[in-house]
This record gives sequence, structure tokens and C-alpha cells, in this order.
Amino acid sequence: MATRAPDRLAAVPPGKPTGPRRRRLQRHLVHRLDVKGSPYAYVAPFFLLFSAFGLFPLAYTAWVSLHEWTLLRDEHPFVGLENFRTLLADDYFWNATFNTLSIGVLSTVPQLLLAIWLAHLLNRPLRAQTFFRITLLLPNVTSVVAVVVIFSQLFGRDFGMINWMLSLFGVDGVAWNEGVLTSHAAISTMIMWRWTGYNALIFLAAMQAVPRELYEAATIDGASDMTQLRRITIPMIRPTIVFVVITSTIGAMQILAEPLLFGSYMITGGVDRQYQTLSLFIYENFTKLDFGYASAISWMMFVFIVLVAGVNYLITRRAKGGLT
Amino acid sequence: MNARTAVSGTRSSEAARRLTYLTLAAVAFFSMLPLYYSIVVASRDNAALADVPPPLVPGGNFFANVARVFDTVPFALAMVNSVLVSGSVAIAVMFFSTLAGFAFAKLRFRGRNALLLLTVATMMVPTQLGIIPLYMLMVKLQWTGTMYALIVPALVNAFGVFFMTQYLSRALPTELLEAGRVDGCSTWGLFWHVVLPAARPAAAVLGMLTFMSVWNDYFWPLVVLTPEDPTVQVALSTLASGYVNDYVLGLAGTTLGTLPLMLVFALLGKQIIGGIMQGAVKG
Repeated sequence: MATRAPDRLAAVPPGKPTGPRRRRLQRHLVHRLDVKGSPYAYVAPFFLLFSAFGLFPLAYTAWVSLHEWTLLRDEHPFVGLENFRTLLADDYFWNATFNTLSIGVLSTVPQLLLAIWLAHLLNRPLRAQTFFRITLLLPNVTSVVAVVVIFSQLFGRDFGMINWMLSLFGVDGVAWNEGVLTSHAAISTMIMWRWTGYNALIFLAAMQAVPRELYEAATIDGASDMTQLRRITIPMIRPTIVFVVITSTIGAMQILAEPLLFGSYMITGGVDRQYQTLSLFIYENFTKLDFGYASAISWMMFVFIVLVAGVNYLITRRAKGGLT
Repeated sequence: MNARTAVSGTRSSEAARRLTYLTLAAVAFFSMLPLYYSIVVASRDNAALADVPPPLVPGGNFFANVARVFDTVPFALAMVNSVLVSGSVAIAVMFFSTLAGFAFAKLRFRGRNALLLLTVATMMVPTQLGIIPLYMLMVKLQWTGTMYALIVPALVNAFGVFFMTQYLSRALPTELLEAGRVDGCSTWGLFWHVVLPAARPAAAVLGMLTFMSVWNDYFWPLVVLTPEDPTVQVALSTLASGYVNDYVLGLAGTTLGTLPLMLVFALLGKQIIGGIMQGAVKG
């Protein structure tokens, strides 16, 4: 491993001087190299690994997208922007884009508002604080496969618990996975269930760093609980909010497992592609071994992610007062 | 906080208090309900699902259903694979993150701040989009279908490096390192004899978080492994996909695959939550 810098450096070819003086000089050199070089050797594993398995594949996607590249043939002719031209005229692509945005908004917006509110509730002396925090995080340590299998049962048309509850109010037999809106709502519920508590804990961590004196002063001035949340808490934790909004957006744009498993492993995301997301569309073309086209979608998606994350960044940073 | 408790005698704040507890209890209920219900279904048979109202307490079929899971997919092998992959990745992440965290937190070198910023920035890169070339790379290395494809790319990550940097810059006294230097320790010696022991509490939390997230990884294992030699999540998705209406089988598998993690979480939940919240606060 590159981290054993001192040993390696001990083998540096000796200079001219001999005897004890030479040894002292050598020791001095080794020490200097140890102090100067070790830090780089210690951080190198991360950067090497990220370059090889994170950055390189992402960049190479752009190159592949310019070729007609399938695993079925050995030659991969260069076709320029042909894949992108086909893509922009592909209805399935725009359908997947719409679904991704729709599920993204439906799952992220209520989730973050709820998370801020829950964090606010937890940010006060409470009994059973640990118990509440653990139950908040419980959904997040459940695997996504488990979540979708469980919720698919809950959202089942005939024997699902949710339809049973709705039937008590006179609503019968909703086929959750058939409609566009119902399937998006079901998928968003799964995402919300899994991530709200996690984000609430992140917000709570930030809230605990807000100086107490601010609240004390506000209470003396007679500010209500809601006013304190809007006027003190949210402005004070804005950097964290921006961070969570960005990471949630990036996550929401890449949703794949939920629609894939909700449709019992249908890579089209429902019979009418009613909940096929962009990631799933990439995966569909990947399984067809059409790597060139799949790479073109990936690259378009990258552009979308940067755009949406950028817009959200501007909105969250500029929003005054509160998000509520 | 004192100001708040000072007014808690009034009636309106007493009501607010009760509402807070009620809301949090409701959230706790809905967090646990799906998991509880999956145990109920997993311990019944498919016929019981048609009952109105649906069954609300566990039945006696759990072990029979588990036996069916083992007959349908190579679940034991999947468990071994998942433990192997999650375990080795967790150990490697702990080691390399502590190493890099030590350098970022306590060593002086040119470009340190820029490199740390770069590390944090990589957390935002949607690497899932590079999955096709990554797969091609695995084909080249002949790692498809093997656990190398899961372990090697995951050996260290930006979150771990950042997490350990945060912890060590706060918790490791610089005087301790200086004392080590005076005693003639090399940088590696400092890491081995001073930093590693001091980093143990945070590294343990990082290890747990890593273990859980690798255990739950789904998409990449699905792409690169085969159903014959799967991880737990890949085996579960085979169960869920091939036997569409057999909810009992699917949920028996899910319960089985989730249980080990739930146990760990029940025992160490407090530390894990502390770790997540510490990692969240950035300068």
C-alpha cells in the first residue's frame, strides 16, 4: 500500500558522505520526506478510488454516448450526436422526464416541510427523546427492497390495508399502480416514509446549534412557537436546508428501485410506462445492451440534475423568512 | 430552554406539549406499522390476506414460509455474501477514512483545504449515471458476478473521510501528537499508536453506518451480480419479481433480510443516530 511511506523512503539511494554523518543526513532526509509526503499518501486512497470508479465512468459516459455502442457487436462506430437527436424525439424519454419530476416534487416538498416541523418538535426537552429519534430513523435502515415489497402489499388493490381503510370511508378498490397520479402518489409515499425521519434528524442537529438566547429573547417578547420557527430557526439553519434540498433533489432525480419493484420488476415502469423514471429508462436500454443510447440518456439526466439542483439552490438561498 | 419551561405552567403550553407528544407518537406508530404488518403477513398464509378486516396479529406460519424462501432462492449463500461484502467494506472504510481524516485534521500540507473541499464536493456527484462504463470496466476486469465488483469500488468514500476529519479535529489533542513526535514516532507510527486508538468511538459508528448502507445497496449489485450468486437484496428482489402475487413469500424473505439489521439497530441505535447528527453539522 502506498501508505507505508517511511519504509519506502528508507531505501532512498545514499549520497556521498559515509559513516555517522551520512546516517544523520539520511535520517534527516527520511524525516523530511515523511513529514512532507505522508499526508498526500494518506489522502490518496480516496482520490484514486473516486477517480477510477466514480469520475472516470461518469466522464466516459459522454464518450460512449457519441457512439452506436452495443455489447452485441465488437465495433462501436462513432455517430456524433445521433443518439441525442433520437432521444429528443423519443416520447418515452419525455414521459420518463415528466414522471421523474412529478414523483420528485410529490415526494420531496411535503417530506422536507414535514421533516423541518418534526425536527422543531424534537428540539425541546422531551421525555423519551431517544425512543422518538430511533423510531424516526427506523424506516431509513429498512432496505429499499423491503420498503417496496411491504408497501406494494399495503397498496394492493384487493387485499391491501390502505384500500381496506379507504373502504371504511366508502372509497372502493383503488388500483394504485394503474393510474399516473395514483402510482406517483404510492411511490412518493414510499420515498417519504423512508427519508423524512433521516432528514428530520439532520435538521435537528442543525437546530441544536442555534444559540438558546435567541429563543429566550423571543419568548420574552411574546413571539409564538410558529413565529419562532419561521423567524429564528429557519433563517439560522438555512445552510443545512440548502444542503438537504440539494442532496434530496439529486436523490429524487435518480429514483429507480421504487418504480422498478413497485411494478413487480417491470423495467417499463408499469404497462403504460406510467411510472417509468429516467433511471429506469436508462436501465431498460442497458438491459437491451444499447449502451450508446443509455449513455446519452445518462448524460441528459446529468444536465437535468445540475439544472434542477441549481434552480433549487437559488430558490432556497433567496427565500426570505420561511419556507412555510 | 429555561424561558420555555418557565411558561409551561400556563394552560395553552400544556396543550401544546400534549400535541407534541401526540404527533411524535403518531409518527412513531407509522414508522413501525409497515414493519409490524410485514411480520404479520410473513407469519400467515396467502389465504389469510383475503380476510376482511385484514389480519392484525402474527400467525403461526413464519417458519414454514421461511423454509419456502430457502427453497426458492439461494438465501443462505446470499446472507454469507452480504455479510462478507458489508463486513469487508465497513472495515476498509473505517481504516482508510481514519487515515485520510488524520491527514486532513492534524497534518499540515499544501492544498489541504482545497482537497478537503473537493472531497466534500464529490458527495454531490451523481455517480449512478456512470454505471454503464463502470459495468464495462467490471467486464474488463472480469469481476462481473463476483463480490470484488461490490467491494473494491466501495473501499473508501467521501462521507467517511469527512466524518473522521470532523471527529479527529475535535477529539484528538494536538499535544498528544507532538509528544509522539518528540518520542521519535514517524507519521505512520503516530497514526498507528496515537490516532487509531483515539478514533475508535467514531470509527465504530462509521463502521455501523457503512455496514447498514452496504447491506441495503440494491441497484449496483442487481446490475453486476447473477441471481445464482446474489446478495440479500438481490435475492429479495428475485423473490418479489418472480412470484408476483405471493406476498407471503416476499414478505417472509424481507423480514428475514431486515431482521439482522433491526437487531443491530435496536442495540446501537443511539450511537448510530449520534453519528448521523454529528456528520450533519458542517462548518
